[in-house]
Amino acid sequence: MTRPAARGASSRASADRLARLLNLVPYLLARPGIEIAEAAGDLGVTERQLREDLELLWVCGLPGYGPGDLIDMAFDGDRVTITYDAGIDRPLRLTPDEALALVVALRMLAETPGVANREAIERALAKIEDAAGDLVGAPVAVRLPGDTRRVEALRAAVEGGRALRITYYTAARDETTERVVDPLRMLMVGGRAYVEAWCRRAEAVRLFRADRIDAITELDEPATVPPQAVPHDRTEGVFRPSPDLPLITLRVGRSERWITEYYPCERVEAGDGDLWLVSLRVTDLGWARRFVLGLGPDVAVVAPVELAEQVRATAAAALDAYAVPAPAATVRAPADSVPSGDTAVSAGAQ
Amino acid sequence: MSRTRTERLVNLVICLLSTRRFLTAAQIAATVPGYEHDPDDARDHEAFQRKFERDKAELRELGVPLETGTASVFDAEPGYRIAHREYALPDIPLEPDEAAAVGIAARLWQHAGLAAAASSGLAKLRAAGVDVDPQATLGLEPMVTVDPAFAPLTAAARDRREVGFDYRVPDRDASTRRRLQPWGVVCWRGRWYVVGHDLDRDATRCFRLSRVVGAVRVTGAPGAYEPPAGVDLISHVARWSGPVERTGRATVLAAPGRAAGLRRWAVEVTAGSEGDRLVLPYADPDGLAGQLVGYGPDVRVLDPPEVREAVIQRLKEIAARHDELAVSGGAR
Repeated sequence: MTRPAARGASSRASADRLARLLNLVPYLLARPGIEIAEAAGDLGVTERQLREDLELLWVCGLPGYGPGDLIDMAFDGDRVTITYDAGIDRPLRLTPDEALALVVALRMLAETPGVANREAIERALAKIEDAAGDLVGAPVAVRLPGDTRRVEALRAAVEGGRALRITYYTAARDETTERVVDPLRMLMVGGRAYVEAWCRRAEAVRLFRADRIDAITELDEPATVPPQAVPHDRTEGVFRPSPDLPLITLRVGRSERWITEYYPCERVEAGDGDLWLVSLRVTDLGWARRFVLGLGPDVAVVAPVELAEQVRATAAAALDAYAVPAPAATVRAPADSVPSGDTAVSAGAQ
Repeated sequence: MSRTRTERLVNLVICLLSTRRFLTAAQIAATVPGYEHDPDDARDHEAFQRKFERDKAELRELGVPLETGTASVFDAEPGYRIAHREYALPDIPLEPDEAAAVGIAARLWQHAGLAAAASSGLAKLRAAGVDVDPQATLGLEPMVTVDPAFAPLTAAARDRREVGFDYRVPDRDASTRRRLQPWGVVCWRGRWYVVGHDLDRDATRCFRLSRVVGAVRVTGAPGAYEPPAGVDLISHVARWSGPVERTGRATVLAAPGRAAGLRRWAVEVTAGSEGDRLVLPYADPDGLAGQLVGYGPDVRVLDPPEVREAVIQRLKEIAARHDELAVSGGAR
């Protein structure tokens, strides 16, 4: 997967071409009479490029390089058949990198909660591992625990092709809303499952985290995805902070530095002593207020001033509320007398 | 590379596959088109040697198993050949649904290098006669992302080579140098870790790949150690990040219509005149306190006292911290 960087692009392109040519003979050998257009589409090259590859192969062959030694092929209109392979009748073995890339991706797929046809994935994995032999003592293990039942139900609903009414918790605004969505696809990023859908409420494509969809109803109408709704490119991650979102800067003590690993930060600088100055973009200042309050006394807002003031005012108001005596009927059984094996535990699991 | 070079390399592969005897460079030059030169002309001969070295390197880089040996005990000069058995991909009889799964797996990589490796691997399977349905889906597809340390650490674990790297944990100020005999790499809940024997701590350790700073240095020779037989890599990582049991119960009063995030996991909700009474399962009182503080005056803890006190204590400290800021006119 790593070719020396010093080698130029043209050299890489040529290595790719050599690999392609060595594959081409066995590929055609396995598909006598294939249409050139179909083969080109399959191999990801233009028809013209494929014809050039065939012309080159035509002059290659066994030492002697006479008519009976060269790779030979028969053309019938737009179809081609290899009639002599000169000994390259099989593709080259998988390299360690190729074997690793396929095996790890298959393991990921097999581990994905709620994936369809897991059994076929596992059969494929076993066969590829077998063919790759000791290349794949691939020392890579994958475990993606998740709520398989929930994801399966969602996948079935998405595949059903109907519009869905969902009850969804939006953490950014701390609210639970009902909305009708037209699903596009399901995907899994960083160990979490999401439904990507056109949201009729927001009139935009939105990503819904599976574990925040609290209820789902299939409606009696087909999902109608408007033409402007296309899945977003999520390769850079789920939350890509855009520069027009509010930027907040926090002074963060040692114990809360972990936030720099969990949230995409725009800037992290060492401040006085062991304090760090951390800047990140947030979708909502209300969320930022809950976030900062939740982090606790080791974090202080540097900017914007209005957020600092909101945090202060909210903390003060909460303290005032505690100053008022608690409602009379509040004295309940002490917590430790609640049976710990309570059946409701699983219902509350997040 | 020009067409002539590609042609020469294809011919070289065919020639070396077809021979059982090791062929010397001179024999190859006399046989394969494109190597013609005058062996008695020093400069010409040197140019040939450079060309031949480049070509061998190119084939090895592609993964062509170029064998080196001598044709007989009387030959001093090394020769070359390719054993078909070593060269050829073994037969992989994939059913259509299995082939579809491999096709989907090959496009999951978001890392350019691994994506290229997966698609060239898939091209070989196709060349072996496997038909892959490009339209197939499995309803739910993971995006597979990895940290930069993934490639060097998996290679080192595969080859059993010691590595060194700088490792940075957020609550430490500086990174530390670590020396490790990597046993394998683990993806747990979407994050990547390496597990192995830490040579400085003389103990099993796991490291999060996203915390590796800079390049991984491969320091040891291949095959330098053997991981414990039957080691369960996942168990070393999951031990530290497993699920928690929420056996505690806290009762809070939430303002009507507020604190939606808490209501979702309340095990009991009772409406009352002063708000809704929620019973929340929890594991760690301090962790719960942090969460409750986020809701400010919308949520008041009634019970147990330890959570209530923890919340009040946090609120006092936060208010004091931000009061100072207001007085000093900003946190700087």
